[in-house]
Amino acid sequence: MTDWQPLWLSFRLAFITTVLLLVISIPLAYWLAYSRRRGKAVIEALISLPMVLPPTVLGFYLLIALSPSHLVFTFTGLVIASLFYSLPFMVNPLLSGFKSLPPALREASYTLGKSGWTTLIKVLLPNIRPSLLTGIVLSFAHTIGEFGVVLMIGGNIPGRTRLASLAIYDEMESMNYAAASKYALILFTFSFSVLLIVHLVNNHFSRPDPLS
Amino acid sequence: MSRFFSILCCYLGLVTGSHTANPPPQEVLVAAAADLKFAMDSLVKAFSAASNDISIKLVCGSSGNFYEQISNDAPFDIFFSADLGYPQKLEQQHKTLAPIVPYGTGQLVLWSKKLDPSKEGMNTLLLSSVTHIAIANPAHAPYGQRAEESLKHYQLYDKVREKLVIGENISQTAQFASTGAADVGIIALSLALSPQLQKEGKYWLIPPATHQPLKQGFVLLQHAKGNEGAKKFAAFIGSARARAILKYFGFGE
Repeated sequence: MTDWQPLWLSFRLAFITTVLLLVISIPLAYWLAYSRRRGKAVIEALISLPMVLPPTVLGFYLLIALSPSHLVFTFTGLVIASLFYSLPFMVNPLLSGFKSLPPALREASYTLGKSGWTTLIKVLLPNIRPSLLTGIVLSFAHTIGEFGVVLMIGGNIPGRTRLASLAIYDEMESMNYAAASKYALILFTFSFSVLLIVHLVNNHFSRPDPLS
Repeated sequence: MSRFFSILCCYLGLVTGSHTANPPPQEVLVAAAADLKFAMDSLVKAFSAASNDISIKLVCGSSGNFYEQISNDAPFDIFFSADLGYPQKLEQQHKTLAPIVPYGTGQLVLWSKKLDPSKEGMNTLLLSSVTHIAIANPAHAPYGQRAEESLKHYQLYDKVREKLVIGENISQTAQFASTGAADVGIIALSLALSPQLQKEGKYWLIPPATHQPLKQGFVLLQHAKGNEGAKKFAAFIGSARARAILKYFGFGE
């Protein structure tokens, strides 16, 4: 009997994180793409940091930051941690999407009298659909795979913070290799399917236009 | 745009759904030293058969780690420690709800998948076929500290130092040994007596006089205030049935 709860927790965390990241990252990527501020490189480096930092470093700082508010060992704490952990996986695709749009598109919209907001919603975002999809899918998948950070601030509590990645580790430690390999296979299949979809979609959208 | 709104509605549904799915009132969160893994599974099964409205959630790990977490107000109700020192420190910090209850003494064994440790005893570790020896992390796992003490007692510590591989807790240490990744492991008797390890290899009891005793005990924590289920489980550990289970897994008095 597989215990589905860790998988359900992982999916729920990934879903909530992805939706929140979408809301946070669209304005952030928009600002990074189109503003003329000088300190942009610093912000871009900070955003990309979680991709490069060892998860234990992120976990360590989050532990210190979240302890006073008693968010450690809670699902909410994990959501906050995942927002940092997966931020670059949403912002960077969106940013490269915005940057790859011809400036004429945006300017044409302005000359037709549309506001910045309308331009964003009706012109820019629909034109970066592949980047949106990539960002959503990668953030989701990356959050499913979170281990180091969760290990440090989660407490491995069943039903609250024992994600699938931790459950595998637990089952291995208890020498339940059958259960561990079941979880591992499910996550492996999921991650592979997700990446397959991303590549198929991107290949479809980057087909050379026969009319150009 | 409409896609965005439908996603937002799903999200709101999930979030409100999660608020109504609060844990049932009688939930007990137990932090147990890793050597109790199999004994605890039996204890929880025996307890739940009698009182199935109380849900015991078990987290296993090293006693030192749990001490750190509980000192920082981790939401555990009961703490089973492989070393009385940790609950005693928590008592001094006023994190406990009731007096510490000892439940037995742990014992250390040499365990190996391929070799028979009873032939050479501790000198098994000096064999050339033994390249990796697994012990628990002495920094925060009581069994690791005692393993180090025994090695130093037999004056083997410096000789086998480079062969040592460190498990995060005694469970992971046993797992290293059970797959054969480590040729020999210094693990808990309670784990060696588990069904998984019994059929995989052989063990040899390390004389208890060669290390500090592993006096183990459990304690109710502040988080369990008002939690009747936790108090019932704590009372159950003192029952004859529970004592028999603990004895079966080698936790002598």
